[in-house]
Amino acid sequence: MKLKGISVRSTITSLFEQVANEQHRKLAPLTDDLKLLQSGLDSLSFAIIVARLEDQLGFDPFNAAVAVEFPVTFGDFVGLYENSSS
Amino acid sequence: MTSGGTPPTGSFHGVDTVIKLADLENASCLEGRLEELRGRRVLISARDQLVAALALVELDGVAQRLVLCPPDLSAAHFPIVIKSADADAWVRDSAMPEENAATLPTCVTAAPAAVARDVTRRRSHDTEWVLLTSGTMGAPKLVLHTLASLTSAIPSQQPKPGSLVWSTFYDIRRYGGLQIFLRATLRGGALVLSDPVEATTDFLTRAAAAGITHISGTPSHWRRALMSGAAATIAPRYVRLSGEIADQAILDNLRAAYPQSTVAHAFASTEAGVAFEVDDGLAGFPASLVGSAGEKVQLKIEGDTLHIRSDGNAARYLGEGAETLRDDDGFVDTGDRVELRNGRYHFVGRAGGVINVGGLKVYPEEVEAVINSSPWVRMSLVKARRNPITGAVVTADVVLADDAAGFGQRPVGEALTREIIEICRRVLPAHKVPTMVRIVPALDVSASGKLVRPSA
Repeated sequence: MKLKGISVRSTITSLFEQVANEQHRKLAPLTDDLKLLQSGLDSLSFAIIVARLEDQLGFDPFNAAVAVEFPVTFGDFVGLYENSSS
Repeated sequence: MTSGGTPPTGSFHGVDTVIKLADLENASCLEGRLEELRGRRVLISARDQLVAALALVELDGVAQRLVLCPPDLSAAHFPIVIKSADADAWVRDSAMPEENAATLPTCVTAAPAAVARDVTRRRSHDTEWVLLTSGTMGAPKLVLHTLASLTSAIPSQQPKPGSLVWSTFYDIRRYGGLQIFLRATLRGGALVLSDPVEATTDFLTRAAAAGITHISGTPSHWRRALMSGAAATIAPRYVRLSGEIADQAILDNLRAAYPQSTVAHAFASTEAGVAFEVDDGLAGFPASLVGSAGEKVQLKIEGDTLHIRSDGNAARYLGEGAETLRDDDGFVDTGDRVELRNGRYHFVGRAGGVINVGGLKVYPEEVEAVINSSPWVRMSLVKARRNPITGAVVTADVVLADDAAGFGQRPVGEALTREIIEICRRVLPAHKVPTMVRIVPALDVSASGKLVRPSA
């Protein structure tokens, strides 16, 4: 389980970097308390990240039967995926 | 709006200025050149919403025609807009490049301020209002309205002056934002204008300081507000969603974030006007709204798309060879597909494969034309993929050309899809660029030789 947690986090981290690079945006250091809206990414960038995560991890936690709370920090975002994958 | 009768009593809140509309009685933003614009067909093209808002208030009833250019209208599209609208003057702000409309004989550089002037307000024209909406191949379509058609959905009862503070995440030059601008201006409220470079948190703080009571945006705007962690900064009485499908998740999230507010989702389009507003907290709309004769707004479902007939319909498209707006019975086809489930109609996407990315329309044909310009590509199909952040994103299926002699070695795998995406990125705005490209062996083509488009 722990290993899975680490791999979800590293997948998310590398996707943030990849999308920031593609969208020519400067990414802030990805600490758990970083506010997503201060990460340097826009809504479209987050949309792309969520779509690619669905392809790579096989699920979309936003599409769950129960409405999820929107993540505010990078840590919330990672937690949302880690909790859905376990 | 200032010409004749009592001047509006509201105010506009820009990022660092507040302007009372009553001040326009002895002041103007138009360099003292209001009379030069009388009877003219005027483009209003400013980076700053405050400038556009002031110009609209001053020029309604004065100009023959006002063309509301969104701030992101590309320089390349100015000539077609000028020609289609038969424009002969423009109002810009200092941030808008002068060369965009250098062919027009009159150019007024408006200020984001009410500058003291002797002005005589006099109503001489029933001004036409022209809105821009995206067209199939990227060039905008011009949609002709009147103040009467734009305001037909606004309730006529007058609230106590000063009791309402409106805001919108939208730009007021788009239909959804213009509805809020008109409500605020005509009903005597304050309007807090958004700014594209302002952080969501700062905007919400400013709206809260102004005492916001009514606020609107697309589901994507609202998701962004929820992600900012600052949604609770404001405590509006009324929260409105429009411009995109409002799914149950976003309605539930907003209900939880604003337990004291009415959360309403409205359906409107630039061409068809406002169809309805639903505030029962459920996605979709009651089937009983369709076909009820004698109502002010009439809805019908034909094929599987929603059609609307009302006083809020636009009059027509402008420009050479423009298509017809209404059918023989006077209905406008919104192109939005619906499906009946348990007594409610739910929106399920757009006809013709049109994709709605965060409230912005993307025509697949425009993106396909760019992809097909790659020497490696024979044909492509651009389609929507559902997305929880922006409603949808653009994806593409691509069939490779057999050979492309003279272009060197074709890249393989990811290098190839990256190159295709890069071609798109060079010429298209970000929301139109495919987020994913899939190489496929073939695409379905119908007997008539057209690409078969998925219906969602």
